Amino acid sequence: MTDATAEPRRVKSSLLATDDRTKRRNRAEARFRAYGMAAVIVGIMALILLLTSILSNGLSSFRQTFITFPVELVAERLDPAGNRDPAEMARVTTFGYAPLLGQAFVDHVAELGIETDLGPREMAAMISEEAPAQLRAMVLANPEIVGETVTLELLASGRIDGYFKGRVTMDSAERDRNVSPGQLMLAEAMVDAGAIETRFNWNFITAPDASGQRPEAAGLGVAILGSFYMMIVVLVLALPIGVAASIYLEEFAPKNRVTDLIEVNISNLAAVPSIVFGILGLAIFINFAGLPQSAPIVGGLVLTLMTLPTIIIATRASLRAVPPSIRSAALGLGASKMQSVFHHVLPLAAPGILTGTIIGLAQALGETAPLLLIGMVAFVREYPSAPPEGFFDPASALPVQVYNWTQRSDPAFVERASGAIIVLLVFLIFMNAVAVMLRRRFERRW
Amino acid sequence: MPLLWIFVIVLVFGAVGYVMGRQRALASAGGDSRILHSLPNYYGTNVSIFTIVPALLVLSIWLILQPMIIERQVTSMISETAIEEAGSRSLVMSDVRRVAEGLDVAVQQGALSEDEARSIRTEFTNVRTRLGAVGVALGGEVTADVLRAAQRYRALNATGNVMMTAVVLILAALGLAYAYVRTHQEFRARNTVERAVLAILILASTIAIMTTVGIVFSMLFETFNFFELYPWQDFFFGLEWRPSFEGGSELGLIPLLWGTLYVSFIALLVAVPIGLFAAIYMAEYAGPKVRSIAKPLIEILAGIPTIVYGLFALITVGPMLRDYFAEPLGLGSSSSSVMTAGIVMGIMLIPFVSSLSDDIINAVPQSLRDGSYGLGATQSETVKQVILPAALPGIVGAVLLAASRAIGETMIVVLGAGAAAKLDLNPFEAMTTVTVKIVGQLTGDTDFSSPEALVAFALGLTLFVITLGLNVLALYIVRKYREQYE
Repeated sequence: MTDATAEPRRVKSSLLATDDRTKRRNRAEARFRAYGMAAVIVGIMALILLLTSILSNGLSSFRQTFITFPVELVAERLDPAGNRDPAEMARVTTFGYAPLLGQAFVDHVAELGIETDLGPREMAAMISEEAPAQLRAMVLANPEIVGETVTLELLASGRIDGYFKGRVTMDSAERDRNVSPGQLMLAEAMVDAGAIETRFNWNFITAPDASGQRPEAAGLGVAILGSFYMMIVVLVLALPIGVAASIYLEEFAPKNRVTDLIEVNISNLAAVPSIVFGILGLAIFINFAGLPQSAPIVGGLVLTLMTLPTIIIATRASLRAVPPSIRSAALGLGASKMQSVFHHVLPLAAPGILTGTIIGLAQALGETAPLLLIGMVAFVREYPSAPPEGFFDPASALPVQVYNWTQRSDPAFVERASGAIIVLLVFLIFMNAVAVMLRRRFERRW
Repeated sequence: MPLLWIFVIVLVFGAVGYVMGRQRALASAGGDSRILHSLPNYYGTNVSIFTIVPALLVLSIWLILQPMIIERQVTSMISETAIEEAGSRSLVMSDVRRVAEGLDVAVQQGALSEDEARSIRTEFTNVRTRLGAVGVALGGEVTADVLRAAQRYRALNATGNVMMTAVVLILAALGLAYAYVRTHQEFRARNTVERAVLAILILASTIAIMTTVGIVFSMLFETFNFFELYPWQDFFFGLEWRPSFEGGSELGLIPLLWGTLYVSFIALLVAVPIGLFAAIYMAEYAGPKVRSIAKPLIEILAGIPTIVYGLFALITVGPMLRDYFAEPLGLGSSSSSVMTAGIVMGIMLIPFVSSLSDDIINAVPQSLRDGSYGLGATQSETVKQVILPAALPGIVGAVLLAASRAIGETMIVVLGAGAAAKLDLNPFEAMTTVTVKIVGQLTGDTDFSSPEALVAFALGLTLFVITLGLNVLALYIVRKYREQYE
């Protein structure tokens, strides 16, 4: 007893009080754990920041400001010959329509009793430059309305639109030579009078692209159609080729150098930078085979080569997941090897193959770099015609349209680009959701 | 006859052959399918294959060869002086093709009769205005040489097409007849059909190889062309990148490579610690609930297209870094910078590093962990001293794969890193990368005989070699140093 108290112990250790070393180790443990948690949080925060940035910039592009006012379609101006023949009326260009709209707008402002010190020119500048073209198309499509007074809902110019979305302020308008505070005040007054309204804009999704001065009229129609055509090409080519290649490699190929080479090749192709596929497309499909530039068929071919490895890897995995007992049973009943694969293994692997294909398609849909090289950046306003000719018509693609818009100087195109990304992400979410659903619904564990 | 029709007729032959073959087989067995060697459908398919496959094979070979042969015959008609005037043989040939197309259109629209199209001469008619009238715009006046070549081109094409139609259809009929005659109850139809299917499967699996070959050859070929116009020493060791389309450009690789490596380095600096720690946390610490939420969320980052990251860099990260870091620190005033591109690319690579590392960490057997805990180690000590060393080869492989991704990434650097080729250490300065310059040199109207356009192929080849090297190295490390736990 006395011994124990008198002689100090060499190692002080207690079950109740932790010693310094243990404390240090526990602190290190807590720190390490915190690092891990921080890393996860940083990753998730990055995702949230990315999505909020895109959404906050892009959601407003689905809404657009429209001005409503009556326009008298003066017959002498629009149809000088007076015979309502569209061919002759087509000689009146948009420059013939613009003053008509401008005058009608000025009259309407006066009619509403809004006081403004703007000149008629400045007032007319509030209407989009696209509006005369729209009116002209409308009149040419239906010449009978010439001479009547029609109430039109026309796009407001990009700056006026920006004002209602908070992009343009009175301060910035002072410094901007495209818009004046007076115009903004007039616009404000017209909102109160009910002549200007900001509402959902289908044209953003369906209309073709517009030139750099008319961000308000730019839409995604051609790009969505182009992307859709490319996805058809990818699906029609990549799925059969990918499945056929996987079946051979997984079920029939003897283990030798050649099949080894093919396998190494496929895994390497999956890691080749996408832009290299663009160079391939440019050199082989356009310069050598002479296919047209900017055509969905070329884009589709390039994306097919890119998605093939993804589809092959997914297909092989799902073929491998089908247990050998199925094959043995089929062979035991007298089926040939080919029959056992096509009648039994392939149907059982189908859900996995479909999932892999959809994920491959989603990847292809978002791919941009190779498409830049094969000329999909071109400014295309014409919708491609229906397939099969449409595959050879020039078109744009969703991600390329985003890139295109980021290269334009008007800040309104940043909003458009973000909006286009939202559309792209909606498609991707939909495709991935279908893939997940397929997997949940049909996946079998053996 | 239009191509589509030939195609459809061959397919119809095939369908007819299917029905005929099937019936003949059944008839030879007296209607009792049990006597047949194969199922009746195989006999039908066999006839179809013999009808369709050789015919279409010949059709496609013909379609590739005919233009080549005609081109050669027609080119020989054009005099050397005409070639010199136009600049090159291919330019004259494109003129010839255009005139020939124009004549076709004119005949179709009835502006010219078939005889006229064959016999008009530049001496008597102004071909350019006549073709212009039907909507075919020609760049310059049509010379006599070109017009005669175009007429010859049309004539050869017409006879070629007639011959092709005849040969293909006869071949289809012959194939049908041959297979039909061979159809008999003892004929092993299934074996032939299955061999044909196997051939298709093999053909499909070689497409991967053909793609690689295509990539390598398309780039090698143009790269050689480039090195004929521009010395390779200056390309690989040049310190200046100043392309000018008037000639006298400096096309040095070093500044581009420096930008690429700098951006990738920053990206890895962001992605590797975050990705690795996230993987460790998820594999070792997180409960199943946290994992089931956090893991998919982080993996969403991998499914987002790179153009989205590019836009994020352009409109959010770039201005933010400029306003809060670069300008207060006096390091620059550009919103596109190495830092912007690097950080955003790092975010893109987080899920790549974390999911690969996660798999590798999970592959370390539980017994190693238990042993370590049994010796009194804390969880973090186990991770640092047991699990990471065991998983190291795999993690190094993952980092190398991430690096190869970073080097080949295009859209983020196009939108985030800038376009100025510089050798600089300041990360807030705009720099450019190999991929940006490939896009820059090849988009828009490019003249594929100038070194300024061809350099993109040399850059592409460099990129391909670097990324391939990294991938192979990663595979090698993983295979060589992988611990086998059994």
